[in-house]
Amino acid sequence: MTDMLTPVLTANWGTDRSWTLEAYEAQGGYAALPKALKMKQDDVITAVKDSGLRGRGGAGFPTGMKWSFIPQDNPNPKYLVVNADESEPGTCKDIPLMMASPHTLVEGVIISSYAIRANHAFIYVRGEVLHVVRRLQRAVQEAYAAGHLGKNIHGSGYDLDLVIHAGAGAYICGEETALLDSLEGRRGQPRLRPPFPAVAGLYASPTVINNVESIASVPSIIDKGADWFASMGTEKSKGYVIYSLSGHVKTPGQYEAPLGITLRELIDLGGGMRAGHELKFWTPGGSSTPLLTAEQLDMPLDYEAVGAAGSMLGTRALQIFDETTCVVRAVLRWTEFYKHESCGKCTPCREGTWWLVQVLTRLEKGQGSEEDLDVLLDQCENILGRSFCALGDGATSPISSSIQHFRDEYLAHLTHGGCPFDPAASTAFAQEGALA
Amino acid sequence: MTTTGPSRFSENDQQLTDATYDELREIAARYPQGRSGLLPMLHLVQSVEGKVTPEGIQACAEILDISPAEVSGVATFYTMYKRRPVGDYHVGVCTNTLCAVMGGDLIFERLKEHLEVGNDETTPDGKVSLEHIECNAACDFAPVMMVNWEFMDNQTPESAVRLVDDLRAGNEVHSTRGPRLCTWREAERVLAGFPDDRADEGPSAGPASLAGVQIARTMGWTAPSVEASTSRAESETSVATETSEERASDRAASSDQAEEGKS
Amino acid sequence: MTTTPEKTDVVTLTIDGIQVSVPKDTLVIRAAEQVGVQIPRFCDHPLLAPVGACRQCLVEIPDAGNGRGMPKPQASCTIPVAEGMVVNTQVTSPVADKAQQGQMEFLLINHPLDCPVCDKGGECPLQNQAMSNGRGESRFSATGGVKRTFPKPINISAQILLDRERCIVCQRCTRFASEIAGDPFIALVERGAQQQIGIADNAPFLSYFSGNTIQICPVGALTSADYRFRSRPFDLVSTPSIAEHDACGSAIRVDHRRGKVMRRLAGNDPEVNEEWITDKDRFGFHYARQADRLTHPLVRDTTSGELRPASWPEAFAVAARGLAAARTSGGVGVLTGGRLIAEDAYAYSKFARVVLGTNDIDFRARPHSAEEAAFLASEVVLRMPVTYADLEKASVVVLAGLEPEDEAGSIFLRLRKAVAAGTRVVAVAPYSSRGLRKLKGRLVATSAGDEREALAALAADADAALDAGAVILVGERLAAVPGALTAAVDLARTTGARLAWVPRRAGDRGAVETGCLPNLLPGGRPVADPTARVDAAAAWGVTSLPEQPGRDGDGIVAALNAGELTGLVVGGVALDDLPDPEAARQALAAAEFVVSLELRENEVTRAADVVFPVAPVSDKAGLFVTWEGRPRTFDAVFSNPGSLPDLRILSGIAEESGVPLGFRTVEEARRQMNEVGPWDGARAPAAAAPKIKQRRLARNKFWLATWKQMLDNGAMLDGDTALSATARPAVARVPHATYDVLAGATHVTLAGDRGEVTLPVEAADLPDDTVWVPANNDGNGVLADLASPGSAVTVKAVKA
Repeated sequence: MTDMLTPVLTANWGTDRSWTLEAYEAQGGYAALPKALKMKQDDVITAVKDSGLRGRGGAGFPTGMKWSFIPQDNPNPKYLVVNADESEPGTCKDIPLMMASPHTLVEGVIISSYAIRANHAFIYVRGEVLHVVRRLQRAVQEAYAAGHLGKNIHGSGYDLDLVIHAGAGAYICGEETALLDSLEGRRGQPRLRPPFPAVAGLYASPTVINNVESIASVPSIIDKGADWFASMGTEKSKGYVIYSLSGHVKTPGQYEAPLGITLRELIDLGGGMRAGHELKFWTPGGSSTPLLTAEQLDMPLDYEAVGAAGSMLGTRALQIFDETTCVVRAVLRWTEFYKHESCGKCTPCREGTWWLVQVLTRLEKGQGSEEDLDVLLDQCENILGRSFCALGDGATSPISSSIQHFRDEYLAHLTHGGCPFDPAASTAFAQEGALA
Repeated sequence: MTTTGPSRFSENDQQLTDATYDELREIAARYPQGRSGLLPMLHLVQSVEGKVTPEGIQACAEILDISPAEVSGVATFYTMYKRRPVGDYHVGVCTNTLCAVMGGDLIFERLKEHLEVGNDETTPDGKVSLEHIECNAACDFAPVMMVNWEFMDNQTPESAVRLVDDLRAGNEVHSTRGPRLCTWREAERVLAGFPDDRADEGPSAGPASLAGVQIARTMGWTAPSVEASTSRAESETSVATETSEERASDRAASSDQAEEGKS
Repeated sequence: MTTTPEKTDVVTLTIDGIQVSVPKDTLVIRAAEQVGVQIPRFCDHPLLAPVGACRQCLVEIPDAGNGRGMPKPQASCTIPVAEGMVVNTQVTSPVADKAQQGQMEFLLINHPLDCPVCDKGGECPLQNQAMSNGRGESRFSATGGVKRTFPKPINISAQILLDRERCIVCQRCTRFASEIAGDPFIALVERGAQQQIGIADNAPFLSYFSGNTIQICPVGALTSADYRFRSRPFDLVSTPSIAEHDACGSAIRVDHRRGKVMRRLAGNDPEVNEEWITDKDRFGFHYARQADRLTHPLVRDTTSGELRPASWPEAFAVAARGLAAARTSGGVGVLTGGRLIAEDAYAYSKFARVVLGTNDIDFRARPHSAEEAAFLASEVVLRMPVTYADLEKASVVVLAGLEPEDEAGSIFLRLRKAVAAGTRVVAVAPYSSRGLRKLKGRLVATSAGDEREALAALAADADAALDAGAVILVGERLAAVPGALTAAVDLARTTGARLAWVPRRAGDRGAVETGCLPNLLPGGRPVADPTARVDAAAAWGVTSLPEQPGRDGDGIVAALNAGELTGLVVGGVALDDLPDPEAARQALAAAEFVVSLELRENEVTRAADVVFPVAPVSDKAGLFVTWEGRPRTFDAVFSNPGSLPDLRILSGIAEESGVPLGFRTVEEARRQMNEVGPWDGARAPAAAAPKIKQRRLARNKFWLATWKQMLDNGAMLDGDTALSATARPAVARVPHATYDVLAGATHVTLAGDRGEVTLPVEAADLPDDTVWVPANNDGNGVLADLASPGSAVTVKAVKA
């Protein structure tokens, strides 16, 4: 029986000066690298395939398979790009990872680049996390100095350059093709596919784009073996992942566990809901994943079960809201976010979010009518699956799911002539006494 | 009342010097194709000029041999690029849903009142620019503020007021899980890829980041040992390779092909 | 013999239940057109790369050709057909129909309801498709929606205005600017709902092709200062025509109202200009309605010496008498200029031979040479060696004495397309022009006057690698360089490359074909060939034609100044365009009798003894021959009985002279031209290599390079205020080494044998001994004010 929490990526976060090369190596870091460099590249890919590692950035695509799509007969250079643009509301795992242990990611980058035969790798980190950028810059400096990066790494004949690239504020750049355009110095707007990045990505060359946590998981797979990794998790969702618990729980934070743990277990680990309150709704994987309620407390948090429940595991960004939270306010705010972050390329997302915000704003003020709910749902239908990329789809998730679960609360705004909730009651600093 | 900069902005405004041009070229040279350097180059322009200026746009265009309109298109796409001068301290209050619900909205209101500025405006002394920001990936520390893109975790309206007062008074302020705060322009220089000396300041992680790992330590929980895992490993190790491949081609050209999705 | 069907070439699919076979790679949206289904669209444009941005063209694909359906509606503008694919459009699929209506509703929520005052109203794809594929009522306003507004409008150039709230950000304009024109001076700026088209500060959308964005804008977001609020589409009458500003033969559509041209649009001719025209072709039409337009014949009063109005018969008679006298007293020369329709050129050619009895005729109102005349007779006339389509297929295109972006816009755009597909461009030119950089071309940096040597060296240039797939385009400017045209011919012969001559004016090639040259009769008949002369004489029903080879333009001017010629017929020539404007001016004064056929008053008409007003191209049918040799006929836009083509005037004089030309209308002239037909005898022999004089540059002097920029001070741009404001400014370009020596001077003064000009200075990758100035963006132009191209000038720094 595997333990309930299985710290691997998070294991060294609490150690002194964990971000330094010295501390990382003291914990056994950079042990996987020489091992990988002695392997054939294809064997590294096979190991990652065999581990069952699936992309940790949201969609859960098998990482090893993604690597194997890189056409090795393509004469262009190959590139590895790490998606460190963590911006999905609720998602907060990659940032602490890179702050506390940037070398885990750097080691993963080196092994992954080696596997796909890339001599140039990039970490595209969102710009709004200055200290993370610093720690990454420092880690790369240290890795070069230690011979982990650069020419002829540890005598293997393998060369790799790694560039830390800071973004400049655009949620859409988490979408991998928008990220590529951004990394090419353009507006971060998604590209037509095909061609897929594996064939024509950065500079129209074969490119793998992986999430931070995916790449950071690679050293452990090489070091401890695919079987070890696959021994954790559920049948089709293998391995350990970081669950990010936030909101109205006693102890929000990062909880690293095998895939398949339940929300009830996580909330219990987090000391339960805050005193005197109960779970109202939650997101399993960020705001783009449809809301769930207490009904799904015992659902295993893996790709399959969450999908079967009509939502998505996404980034395992578990935003927990108790009964003091107005769902209409919450959804309006998310919708404003999507409107703000819509890149503008396609009509449904650009114009649709503009309209959705207006309708929701009126409803939140108690000014709309019940028919507006149907208009909202119809707008969502005209956006979902019609927009250019998944951002538009994501914008509809909170709206459709909240109307599904909380239609009465929307109507209550209309009958009440405004929001019936006290915004102070939901705050972290609400006084116990003020809650009644 | 407060949107246009006081005179000290213009006094501080520097011209792009030859040294800046050299550094802009140096950024472009980090990449296999120079244009990839545009985002960091614009960060550098901001670090020198306090905002993205037409001259800065022209300089980037010249160096990268693209049109100023193309640079302008990039500079106006990303929210970190500012077209009005930013104060020494850019104070961001997360008002995305979770932080808003947890108190971000009240903090933002309180700061607007206290600083007597609106969103995206700067105090008349040029010290503090206030902006409500989107999710900054620190939800387990909600409600969160960012000062010059350093984390200020678990804020209250009162702590936020103290914070901006300290900033305006010139007191040394530390990120709650990071270093001494530098100025916004200094921060922009780091983002341009010119590191300062603060990487080793601050802790490894904030308390929330360590919540799980501390429970595991208390409980003696760990990932399985390699030995234990081999006995459990089953023969069907690879994850539904074929079906996933089918799915990939199925969804070819469909719009939600985000294999790694959003993060 | 059986052939295996090439499975890869044709794809069969089913659209709305109808099977259709289309070439592979066809996009579904265009395959649907084959079965008569028009899928609504905005961002899609057949000549632009797909983007899939507007999402208007969503269709359902229940079978992608692999037996599996696509789970969501797909943008048919981005999906290529596949064998066995099943597509259901709005015609048969409720899902597709709802998806389309949904997108239309989104597009309209922020679109203003100003159709009644919008230029596009009545011809607007958004308006039309909202009717055909949209909902009747707006739920946006029903839900209390507030539209996005922008202060309006923005001038993105002196000519083009942007109304941002009308824009649906389909990116057609920005894609045109970057993909087609290579001028990415407009771009998407801002983000999300605020996303808009924009320019950078102080960097307007200065592109020679900017007007095309107005035409392809699917809403009324882009308008021209020229046409904005001037008329309604349904008040306009449209007449197809051919543009008169260059030798490209671009198809245009002239929209007019009550006898006045309101605007001109690009016609769609895939073989020539595709769907694009230059801004000059689009906006340059006000010259025909300037105040100085001649409206009636003028004759010089014998007593007062002043020009006075005259009736047509009187003017014909005076002209006939005067020319007859001049013919007797010495002879008459004919200068025709390059803007004539071929029928008019033919009339001049015949008039010179049968009425004036001379071969002293030349259309080349620019520096020219005997070598060039021989080249045109031996290499150009009657031939069509290269077409636009050939440019796209060429392995390499050599440009010599030709700056396509300035001098032949449609060639430039076709070369851009060719280069994108792999064609290389090599330019024998003084410096890397913006046009050359946009063609990713290689510069063979050539001092002004050294083109002959540069061309000769290309034969052995391994990088250029000229072969049978190569094309050499030589511009008319090469005539000014002794031996250069001969070198180009040699280069073509030795490498197998095809050679084409690209003149600058619309009527130039037609003038070659009709014999407005001292050495050519119509149909390519060499003057020097007795059988050709007999053939032409027979066709014209005269006993003989003048045997003596004629004088060229320079020769005519010199002969007038020497008193050897005493009369002159001038058809549309600006003196400052001529190789030596001062000499031409003197010749005009020296001539005893001058007949001028002109559109507008100018110094020739003021000096003439008889002046005939002629019809602008809008008032007559006609034929232009493109640089390729392709005939381009067009009909009259206006029927204006008082506006006569040159040929009608010439025939009137001829009749008064007792030698009728046999035609009075364009149709009659064209019929006669066809009867005369092309010469099937021996072509004129190749030009003898001219004697090359060694030239030496004095210390501190530079060879002068120059060409005419597209937008300059030419008379055919008069009145186009907004267009002229988009012209490239006049600057002098000097070599980097020279620029450094100028030590910060902002201007330079160039001095040549005809005068001095002072211009702002820029550095360019010129050879150390060459400077460049635009030929006609300053003063009276380089030929009048400075020196002739290829001569030596001095450069002096001017401190501002």
